[in-house]
Amino acid sequence: MSLTTAHSVVAPSSNSKRIAGAIIIAYALISIVPLLWIFATSFKTPPDSIAYPPKILFQPSLEGYCNLFTTRTRQTPEYINSLGPATGFCDETTRKRNMVIAGPSNFLPRFVNSLIIAFGSTFCAVFLGTLSAYGFSRFKVPLADDLLFFILSTRMMPPIAVAIPIYLMYRELGLSDTALGMILLYTAVNVSLAVWLLKGFIDEIPREYEEAAMIDGYTRLQAFWRTVLPQATTGIAATAIFCLIFAWNEYAFAALLTSGTAQTAPPFIPTIIGEGGQDWPAVAAGTTIFLVPILVFTILLRKQLLRGITFGAVRK
Amino acid sequence: MLNRTAENVARATPEPLARKVRGISDKGLAWLFISPTILLLLAINIFPLFWAIYLSFTNYRANRPNEVVKNLGLANYQRILGDKDIWIAMQTTAHFVFWTILLQTLIGFTLAWLIDRKFRSHAFWTTLILVPMMLSPAVVGNFWRFLYEPQIGLFAYAISFVTRIPPTDIQMLSNVSLAPWSIVIVDTWMWTPYVMLICLAGLRSIPEYIYEAAEVDRASNWRQFWSITLPMALPFIMLAVLFRGIENFKMFDMVNLLTGGGPGSTTEVASITLKRQAFESWRTGYSSAFAIILFVAVFGLANIYVKALNKVKQR
Repeated sequence: MSLTTAHSVVAPSSNSKRIAGAIIIAYALISIVPLLWIFATSFKTPPDSIAYPPKILFQPSLEGYCNLFTTRTRQTPEYINSLGPATGFCDETTRKRNMVIAGPSNFLPRFVNSLIIAFGSTFCAVFLGTLSAYGFSRFKVPLADDLLFFILSTRMMPPIAVAIPIYLMYRELGLSDTALGMILLYTAVNVSLAVWLLKGFIDEIPREYEEAAMIDGYTRLQAFWRTVLPQATTGIAATAIFCLIFAWNEYAFAALLTSGTAQTAPPFIPTIIGEGGQDWPAVAAGTTIFLVPILVFTILLRKQLLRGITFGAVRK
Repeated sequence: MLNRTAENVARATPEPLARKVRGISDKGLAWLFISPTILLLLAINIFPLFWAIYLSFTNYRANRPNEVVKNLGLANYQRILGDKDIWIAMQTTAHFVFWTILLQTLIGFTLAWLIDRKFRSHAFWTTLILVPMMLSPAVVGNFWRFLYEPQIGLFAYAISFVTRIPPTDIQMLSNVSLAPWSIVIVDTWMWTPYVMLICLAGLRSIPEYIYEAAEVDRASNWRQFWSITLPMALPFIMLAVLFRGIENFKMFDMVNLLTGGGPGSTTEVASITLKRQAFESWRTGYSSAFAIILFVAVFGLANIYVKALNKVKQR
């Protein structure tokens, strides 16, 4: 009965805290190992990456990144010697393996496709989602609950089930393997998330703000634009990041509906092969470049994560 | 003062006139705001769904668009319900969904319960634990193929380090009895944080005074856990199970890249079967019927489950 009175009687003891902390830290470290391994492999040379036992310490190399961005062909040593001096690091490493760079790989265009499709669909989904969420939040919409449930239920379809008719429809409309087709599809998938999340955020903004603005002579539209939107920026930003992450990570539609010009990075990365199998350092390099933006967004989003992953069902 | 005047003016204006002055009516604005979303969903989700329903009654094949389409009635549905391979795929899916949910709930809840002790720097470690679930299941699942490699892979090496089984014997992806577990492990690794995060919200929603009252009544820690913690966190656990259940029932990307349904068809979950039927055998009508059955199953199960969830919530 001395110092402990300052704490609640039900606060966990310092001993139980220590044990809990140790277990959580151990779990976190183990669960992060596969990601560290991706990162480490991206800096290995191909022979190092398939060494047994797996190499934890190794001489870092950028060969994986070189291989990711280039295609190479095998040549005779005589031919390689007849070439002029190597231009740059990648050229030199490639020549050491008796190969020459034949040209750029498809990684960069696929990565750019990912950017275009992810940002395009996020913009559309958030734009449509904000309008609908405001509509559902502030107006008496007939059958509002049914409509909201309808919007959510479109997310329950297995992606392959959606892909079959979409595949046929896009073939008729000439949208197969186009960025526009993918943007439309991802917008449709993401808009359900956007409506549900944003409705939650807009519900939290007191109506009095708009009412005050409208009494001051704003029209409803102006009130929406000048008072609601600025208040909802955090919610809109969080929603946008969730949509962006979904579109960025999506694989099933991309794999089935795109094959060339509009292919995104997720179906492309597994196809990176070297001589005699998968070129793991190059795959790891592509994976690393692909994952880093998501890592940054996860840290930015950590306070809103719960809301985002439960469609706004759990808020705190 | 100025506001007051404006308010008086606003109040004195007859409503129809006010509407006209303000431009578009609220009702019109509501529809203007909502209809683009509804139209988009009708075009990209509902129209294709009806198309799929129509196709499910035919023998249409997407790789032979010029062939005459025959109406088969319910024949596709009958064949699916009698197809042994489909039932095997459903069993594989059930095995996958059951074990992933069980493991994720047990581990996820335990982690949440430990984090709720609020040890020092728990926020940092929680964020770190959350990272895997934000990543692309396809891209990360693809990399797990490398970790699972029998000799050079880190997973096989770590297991053989602990168990002393030679690493060449740990054929996670090509052994018929291990392959179904290889996908369970990756899914559990990825999505345990998801369950953990929702459980944590559940634990934090329990007001402290209830524990204080239990403490006054000298209820043991064990008793407190079973009669306060677990029942009060149950709606949250059930919500997590609902979301994971729907997602894993649809599971495609991670499994497709990790095992592709193999070896043989040991990891062929429903979505993989659907893809093989629709985009490899090109039996469009048949696979549409299977897609409709799957959709009805998810939808029906989810609805029953939500009813149960609401009952638990009301208790």
